[in-house]
Amino acid sequence: MENNGTILRVENIHKSFGDLEVLKGVTFDVTKGETICFIGPSGTGKSTLLRCINLLTQPDQGSVWLGGEEVTNSGKKINHFRQRIGMVFQNFFLFDHLTAIRNVEIALIKVRGMNPKDAREKALEELRQVGMEEWAEHYPAELSGGQAQRVSIARALAMDPDVILFDEPTSALDPELTREVLEVMKKLALAGMTMLVVTHEMGFACSVANRIMFMEHGEIKEQGSPEELMSDTKFERCKNFIGQFDQTNGD
Amino acid sequence: MDFLIVIIEWFPYLIGGIFATLGLVGSALILGVIFGLPMAVGQVYGKRSIRFIIGIYVWFFRGLPVLVLLFLFYFGIFPGLGMDVPAFFVGATVLGLRGAAYQSQIFRGAIQSVSEGQMIAARSVGMTKLQSIRNVILPQAVRVALPGWSNEYPNILTDSAICYAIGVMELMTRTSQIVSQTYITMPIYLVCAGIFILLNYGGMRVLHMIEKKIKIPGFGTGAA
Repeated sequence: MENNGTILRVENIHKSFGDLEVLKGVTFDVTKGETICFIGPSGTGKSTLLRCINLLTQPDQGSVWLGGEEVTNSGKKINHFRQRIGMVFQNFFLFDHLTAIRNVEIALIKVRGMNPKDAREKALEELRQVGMEEWAEHYPAELSGGQAQRVSIARALAMDPDVILFDEPTSALDPELTREVLEVMKKLALAGMTMLVVTHEMGFACSVANRIMFMEHGEIKEQGSPEELMSDTKFERCKNFIGQFDQTNGD
Repeated sequence: MDFLIVIIEWFPYLIGGIFATLGLVGSALILGVIFGLPMAVGQVYGKRSIRFIIGIYVWFFRGLPVLVLLFLFYFGIFPGLGMDVPAFFVGATVLGLRGAAYQSQIFRGAIQSVSEGQMIAARSVGMTKLQSIRNVILPQAVRVALPGWSNEYPNILTDSAICYAIGVMELMTRTSQIVSQTYITMPIYLVCAGIFILLNYGGMRVLHMIEKKIKIPGFGTGAA
């Protein structure tokens, strides 16, 4: 870890799909324990940015540093870094053939080489954290979306990651299920987990995030604390964007 | 009722044929999985060159009649390699290698049916590509494939009778021998047919049981 508490550094990330330039040089630092929410219109590269951080998508240019080590260009060591960068997906992507607890423990056993007994214990502990220990023996098909997402958070937690990336974790959920997932995330944030969250949940962003990044057209257009973004006049575009949510909520 | 006595008299000889037939089918199925499954993985995840080679293999073994393959291997390839192998071995090998070609396509479809997110999630927790395939993709693909794969059993079972042509002492060969010894045709061939039908039925029952046993909520039709 670096002296100033920076756990993750993202430098000048560029990514194009064909002619479409999705990311046009994104740079930011993340301090340990920080929760950053990425907001902005759909199709502005927020999810692509998250995937570039753990190299699920290979950036065309730029670098990612985790605790002072370079993640980009790390060759086979990328699998090691991915253990330290948890990821939670919009559509959960739980392993469909495994029970909830097997979903959480499999990487501990197969990747970490932990013995099955310890792995089970740890997996159960993580499920308890997200309030899913009673569902340990159920298959993904038997879980609600909110439950599945909480299991997938437990799966990410099990690897004791330095940072967790949330890619629109509640976009596939109805409001009630969204709330149960957001509550778990809020608890994690308060417990000091470093989190990058792509979300359209403005309430969550404003109440939990230390910093909000407003992205548009592949760039971070505006960033600041929730208070700054809401009050300061220079954050015109971001306020307009958030304002649209308030209007629809008011109907 | 001469033929009843004949059949009872020769039945132990037929039983030997049943074992040989089951041996052929069993080894062919196992060989088919051992070669077919990695070939399917190679076809989905392999480099272009690997996919090309597997493509040629599949094209070859699916493109030739079983009888032609049997003669090729029995009179050509094995002797050419200086190997003097029993006909049973040739039969099992040909049925197995041919089965692998068909099975690879069954498994390939099943692997491709596993959603992309499964691989992404597996990689995201730090699994290598190979670990992801082994621990996440294949366990799902095999469950998807099993109903289609079960079809291979009656296919290979019925195909196995053609090993008669190279003199494998299986059910069909022994039946013909009994016929030529006793000059009783129809009843004996009917017994042979009856045994094939029973083997077919029994085998399908076993496969069905396996299918049920490894069933997981969320897989296959009428799931959960």
